[in-house]
Amino acid sequence: MSPVLDNIDLFVDGFLTSLEIILWALAGTLPLGVLIAACRVSPIPPLRAFGTFWVTTFRNTPLTVVLVFCAFGLPELGINRSFFFFGVLGLVLYTSAFVCEAVRSGINSVPAGQAEAARSIGLNFTQGLRYVVLPQALRTVVPPLGSVVIAMMKNSAVVGAFGVGGDLWSTGQRLTSALGYETFPIFVGGVAVGYLIITLTAGALLQVLERRVAIAR
Amino acid sequence: MTSRPNGEPLVRLSGVNKWFGELHVLQDIDLDIARGEVVVVIGPSGSGKSTLCRAINRLEPIEKGEITIDGERLPEEGKELARLRADVGMVFQSFNLFAHKTVLENVTLGPTKVRKKSKADAEKRARELLDRVGVASQADKHPAQLSGGQQQRVAIARALAMEPKVMLFDEPTSALDPEMINEVLDVMVGLAKDGMTMVVVTHEMGFARRAANRVVFMDGGRIVEAAEPESFFTNPRSDRAKDFLSKILTH
Repeated sequence: MSPVLDNIDLFVDGFLTSLEIILWALAGTLPLGVLIAACRVSPIPPLRAFGTFWVTTFRNTPLTVVLVFCAFGLPELGINRSFFFFGVLGLVLYTSAFVCEAVRSGINSVPAGQAEAARSIGLNFTQGLRYVVLPQALRTVVPPLGSVVIAMMKNSAVVGAFGVGGDLWSTGQRLTSALGYETFPIFVGGVAVGYLIITLTAGALLQVLERRVAIAR
Repeated sequence: MTSRPNGEPLVRLSGVNKWFGELHVLQDIDLDIARGEVVVVIGPSGSGKSTLCRAINRLEPIEKGEITIDGERLPEEGKELARLRADVGMVFQSFNLFAHKTVLENVTLGPTKVRKKSKADAEKRARELLDRVGVASQADKHPAQLSGGQQQRVAIARALAMEPKVMLFDEPTSALDPEMINEVLDVMVGLAKDGMTMVVVTHEMGFARRAANRVVFMDGGRIVEAAEPESFFTNPRSDRAKDFLSKILTH
């Protein structure tokens, strides 16, 4: 393990950069995904069409293509930001389609009578969703949403490799190709361990969350 | 018997038609419900009585005709519809209490979010209503911890908290164990006595006799007969009603 320990500073930096990408992406994609899900179940046809278009676009496009669009397409449109920003943005857009569908499956699992009761006391669509349907949908959504979130954490490696640099994946790349370390110990002993720390922690937090939100019907 | 209905109709259905695909579930329904009137709707299953009830607050949209509440035409969608629904209380067969909220929160949600009442005011009123329907001691429990009869009484309190002009009951006792039916019906009779305008879809003939001003008998999406309870039960005019009553009253 000494190739890893020798470069532990680099790995810690890479770990923190990966974590930074992940946390920014989470903060963007969770609200965005819920918003798109709300569009998809909305009574207003143009909003539903928009939601469907969004999901179809980003679920069926490879993450790398979304990233190319963000990093090279948006500057063409006059939007100039850092590579880091574009990388996180691409991950946010791509993941939001999957978050949306996980949340929508939760919304569909809430009995129709709940939304009817919400409407019957005069709540409008948004209020019914916010106060009655979504809080109950959250319960069934935690496991599938957890899978989406963990997939996103691993996809942060694609963002790193794409040019953001300095994250766990790129650190492994640099140590092996530029500095000549052997591939296997660096990627298994360092890079993989770094991602496992993040994903296993996330998995444990998700389990706690699942227990916390569970309530008998 | 309840107070005598008076004035112009509170709820008016004129020429109402609805289809579920090919099925013509409501056919040329004309029905006026006066302020303070209690109308019981009965009929065989599939006769359209639940659909009629649900159409009055547009949980079921209608294809043709017009429904007005307190002189105001039922809006199609959006804010206006939400505002009008707030004035129409609804009690469902399957209670539909908000499963993630306590009994008290179920009753205060509408008043705080729709009527913009303060939390303290809404809770005070909610406790009064829960007391009135006899479940005050359950205020902090979740719906799943209550019996069916208790849940339905909470659902009535939740609807009353909006201070509705009219209350709709869609088979309120059909999902209840027999021994719990009366505790719900007693609350409903009390409401009727207090002059609440009510539309009640039910199979409870005893309730119809005790509390209704009028019985509306439906079959095949049409109103076949409407009469005062006593004359309807003792001397139905239509053959269809005679046949229906002979089947349900012989046991």
